[in-house]
Amino acid sequence: MSEPVALKLTAKDFKSNQEVRWCPGCGDYAILAAVQGFMPELNIPRERIVFVSGIGCSSRFPYYMNTYGMHSIHGRAPAIATGLSTTRPDLSVWVVTGDGDALSIGGNHLIHALRRNVNLKILLFNNQIYGLTKGQYSPTSEVGKITKSTPVGSADAPFNPLSLALGAEATFVARTIDSDRKHLQSVLRAAAEHEGSAFVEIYQNCNIFNDGAFEQLKGPATRDDSLIRLEHNQPITFGRDGQFCVVHPAGGFGLEVRETAATAAEEIVVHDATITDPAYAFALSRLPGLDLRNTPIGVFRSVRRPSYDSVVQEQLDAARATVTDTREQQFAGLLHSGDTWTID
Amino acid sequence: MTKKLRQLDRVVIRFAGDSGDGMQLTGDRFTSETAQLGNDISTLPNFPAEIRAPAGTLPGVSSFQVHFADYDILTPGDSPNVLVAMNPAALKANLADLPRGADIIVNTDEFTRRNLAKVGYQANPLEDDSLAGYTVHPVALTSMTVGALADHEVSKKDAERAKNMFALGLLSWMYSRPYESTLRFLERKFATRPELVAANVAAFKAGWNFGETTEDFAVRYEVKPAKMHPGTYRNITGNMALSLGLVAAGVRSELPVFLGAYPITPASDILHELSKHKRFGVLTMQAEDEIAAIGAALGASYGGALGVTTTSGPGVALKSETISLAVALELPLVIVDVQRAGPSTGMPTKTEQADLSMALFGRHGEAPVVVLAPKSPADCFYAALEAARIALTYRTPVILLSDNYVANGSEPWLLPDVESLPDLRVDFATRPNGEDGATFLPYLRDPETLARPWAVPGTPGLEHRIGGLEKADKTGDISYDPANHDLMVRTRAARIEAIPVPDLEVEDPDGDARVLVLGWGSTYGPIGAACRGLRQRGLSIAQAHLRHLAPMPANLGEILRSYERVVIPEMNLGQLAHVIRARHLVDAIGYNQVHGLPFTANELETMLEEVLKNV
Repeated sequence: MSEPVALKLTAKDFKSNQEVRWCPGCGDYAILAAVQGFMPELNIPRERIVFVSGIGCSSRFPYYMNTYGMHSIHGRAPAIATGLSTTRPDLSVWVVTGDGDALSIGGNHLIHALRRNVNLKILLFNNQIYGLTKGQYSPTSEVGKITKSTPVGSADAPFNPLSLALGAEATFVARTIDSDRKHLQSVLRAAAEHEGSAFVEIYQNCNIFNDGAFEQLKGPATRDDSLIRLEHNQPITFGRDGQFCVVHPAGGFGLEVRETAATAAEEIVVHDATITDPAYAFALSRLPGLDLRNTPIGVFRSVRRPSYDSVVQEQLDAARATVTDTREQQFAGLLHSGDTWTID
Repeated sequence: MTKKLRQLDRVVIRFAGDSGDGMQLTGDRFTSETAQLGNDISTLPNFPAEIRAPAGTLPGVSSFQVHFADYDILTPGDSPNVLVAMNPAALKANLADLPRGADIIVNTDEFTRRNLAKVGYQANPLEDDSLAGYTVHPVALTSMTVGALADHEVSKKDAERAKNMFALGLLSWMYSRPYESTLRFLERKFATRPELVAANVAAFKAGWNFGETTEDFAVRYEVKPAKMHPGTYRNITGNMALSLGLVAAGVRSELPVFLGAYPITPASDILHELSKHKRFGVLTMQAEDEIAAIGAALGASYGGALGVTTTSGPGVALKSETISLAVALELPLVIVDVQRAGPSTGMPTKTEQADLSMALFGRHGEAPVVVLAPKSPADCFYAALEAARIALTYRTPVILLSDNYVANGSEPWLLPDVESLPDLRVDFATRPNGEDGATFLPYLRDPETLARPWAVPGTPGLEHRIGGLEKADKTGDISYDPANHDLMVRTRAARIEAIPVPDLEVEDPDGDARVLVLGWGSTYGPIGAACRGLRQRGLSIAQAHLRHLAPMPANLGEILRSYERVVIPEMNLGQLAHVIRARHLVDAIGYNQVHGLPFTANELETMLEEVLKNV
C-alpha cells in the first residue's frame, strides 16, 4: 500500500474547509483528530483516499476530511463502498458508521461486506444510542434502557458488535476507545495494513444522550482494572498491578478471568490474533460483563483470506489475458456468436 | 408414400407440455431452425413460476408459441394453427385459444385415466367427439421415442425425456425446417455425455421419419423466406439484446460496466449473461439484496464506471431510496426494470406494464429521472445503449422499463456494425473549474447539458465531498438556505426536462386518420398489427409509440391535439393515459387489460374499430 516516495503530508492536509458541527464535547471530535493525525502515515495521496458514510452523527465524518468522500443514506455505506472498492482497487476506501447505521438499518450490508472480505476499513462509532434523531435506544443499548422511545425500558437484547462481525466471517476485528488517541491510532494502523475488510469498533461517548456510557473504561479509578489491552504474542494479564489474567478453563468453551496470583503462568492465555478458528476471538469478545469490566481492546483477530476485490480482479485479468482483438472486434464477434443467418 | 407439399404464408405453432417436458427448449430449437430458413419470427414463451409444479397438473403447464411468416410480422400470433400437447393438462389449458380447424398433435401415452382425472376430464377427449372441430393427430410420442432408442445405452428415464426431440423432429418435418442447427446444438448441450447426443439425435430423426412415413400426416408445409433487409441476423430475446446493449455501452464508452443485481424473475437472465463478459471489463456482483445491488452500482459510478442494476418491480421499490440519492448526487446510473404482473409477488412469470407510475413518480422528494421503454425484443439492445448514453451524458439515473413479454419473447435482429453505434466516451473532470483556477466546484454545471462535472476519486486537486444533504449551488457544500433549495429542486427538474429526445413519429399511411392510437413499450407489436388489420380493410388509423416517457418528446402535445380521438392501450389500468390527460388536457381513452399476457392484435383491432365507428 505504501508509496515509494514520502509525501510529507500532515494532519492539517486532511482537514477540509467545512465547519465541524458535532455537539461540543462529542467523542467524534477526538476520533476525527486521531484519524486526521494518522492519515499521513498511510503515505497515500489524498486523492486516492475515500471516506464513505451512511446516516447518523458519525456519518458526517467525510465532510470534514479533505479527501474524496460520500455521505450516503442510512445503512448503505458498506454496499456503496463495495462497488467503489471492487471497481477501483487503487483506492483506499474507509467506511464510517455508527451502531444504528451499521447494526440496525444496515446490518445486512455490514455482514455481507465482512463475509466477502471487501477491501474496506470499517470504523463503527458505537455510542449505544441514536444521537441524530435525538435519543432513542440503539441495537447496542443495554436491555431496559430508558429513552424517549422506551419510557419504561427497552425490551430487546443488544448486539455485541465484535461477536456479530466474527460470526460474519470477518478477517480483522478490533476495538478501541475515542479518548485513547495512541491506542486508536495503533488500531487504525493495523486495520490499514490488513488486506480485506477490517472491522474496528470505537467506543464513543455521546455526551448529550448517553453521557458516560464508557466511563468505567475511562475514569482513572476504574479503567486499569477494567480494560484488557490485547498485545499480540503476550500473555493476557491486566489490572493496575497485573492482578488479573485470562485463562481457558479445561472442559469449558470460552475464556475466563482469574486472579494472576492464583494461576500458573503456563495457564495464562497468550494472545494470538492470527488463530484461524474464530472461536478464540469470539470468546474474547464475550469476556466483558454489562458493567464493562474485563473489556478487551486492541486487535482480536487478524487472519489472511483473499479479498473479494482481489479475487474479482484476478477473474477479470484471467478473462482479459486470452484477448488479442480490440474491444470493437471482440464485440463484433460476440454479436455474431450463436446461430446467425445472412440475407443477401 | 408421396406427401403433398402446401405453401403457407404464415403459421403459429404452440408447443405445450408439463414444466419438465422441455417445451421451452423445443420451441427455442424450432425457432432457431425457422430463423435459419429466413422467415420472419416472433415468439412468446409462457411458463409457471414454479420450477416443477406437480406433474400433469394445469398449473404445471408450460408453453412456447412461435409465429413465422414469409412477410414481416409484429406479434407472436393471436391463436395457434397447431397445438402440440404433450399431456391432457396441456390440451385442456390451451384448447380455448385454438380456432376451429386447428391441428392438434397429442402425446397419447400421457392420456391415461389418472392423468385425465388430474385435470378433471371425465372422459378421454381423444375418444369422444369433444375435439370434433379440430384435426387431431394422436401420436404415441413417449413409447415411440423409447422404442426408437431401444438400442441406445441410455436409461428409460433419459429415453422418455427425449420425447420432446421426437416432437421437434416431427414438426421440423411438417414445416420443412432445416435441422442442422439443432444437431449442432445437441452436440454442444450434451458435450460431456455422447450417449445422450446420440439418443436425442436418434429421437429427433425418428420423429422426422415418422412424419415422412405415417399416413396420418398427409400434407407437408412450406413457408418461404421473408423479404428482409440484407445483412446478418440472429434470433434474439429482449433480455439477451438488453445484455448485449449494456456490453456495447461499455465498449463504446471505454468504461468498465458494473452490474449489481439480486436474482429476480424475469430479470435474472441479464445477470447470467453479463457475468460471462469479463473480458470486456464487465463486472457483475450478485448482491445480498436489491438495495445493496443498486448501492454497489452507484458506488461504481462514483468511481468512474457505468453502474447498472437490473431487477423487476418489487426490486425497484426497494431501490427507490438509492435512486433518489443518485438524483441528488447527479451520477450516471442505469436501472433496468423487467416488469412483471404485480402488486407484490403477483405473477412473476407473466407480463404487465404497471410500473410506469412508479418509474415516473415513485420516489421521495422531487426526484426526476429519465424513463425509457423498448418496443420489441431486438429494440432492447438500442434502448439499453440509449439509457447508457443519457446516463453518462447527463449524469442522471435512467430507468429502462422492459417487461416479461419483450424480455423472453424473441425476433430476428439485423446485427449492427459496431462502428455505427453511438460514441459514448465521456470527459471526466481533470482540473479545478473555479474562477480562481484552484477551486473545484462539484456542482458547477455545463451550460449545455446542465450536468455537473464527473470528478472521480484518484483525480489530484479535485478532492470533494458529496452526499444526500442538500447542496449549495456550485460549491456542493451542505446548505439549508431556503432559496438555494428551491433553486436546486427546480434545476434538477429542469435539467431532466431539457434533455433532448427525438420527436414522436406518427405512422398514418393514409394521411387522413382521425383517431390516434398511442402506446409505449412492449405493446408496439400488437398495436401495429391491429392498425395494419384495420388499414387492410380500408379504415384509417394513426399509430404513435412512445420510447421516451420522461422527458417526453417536445411535439407530443401538438400531435395529440391534431386527432379527434386518442386511444391508449396499456397492460395496466391507465398509467400513461393518466399522465397524458394531466399534462396535455387531452381526453384520451384508455384500453386496459391485465391478463399477464400481451394484447392480441385481434382484440385491439375490434376495440379500435368500435372507436372509429363513433368518431
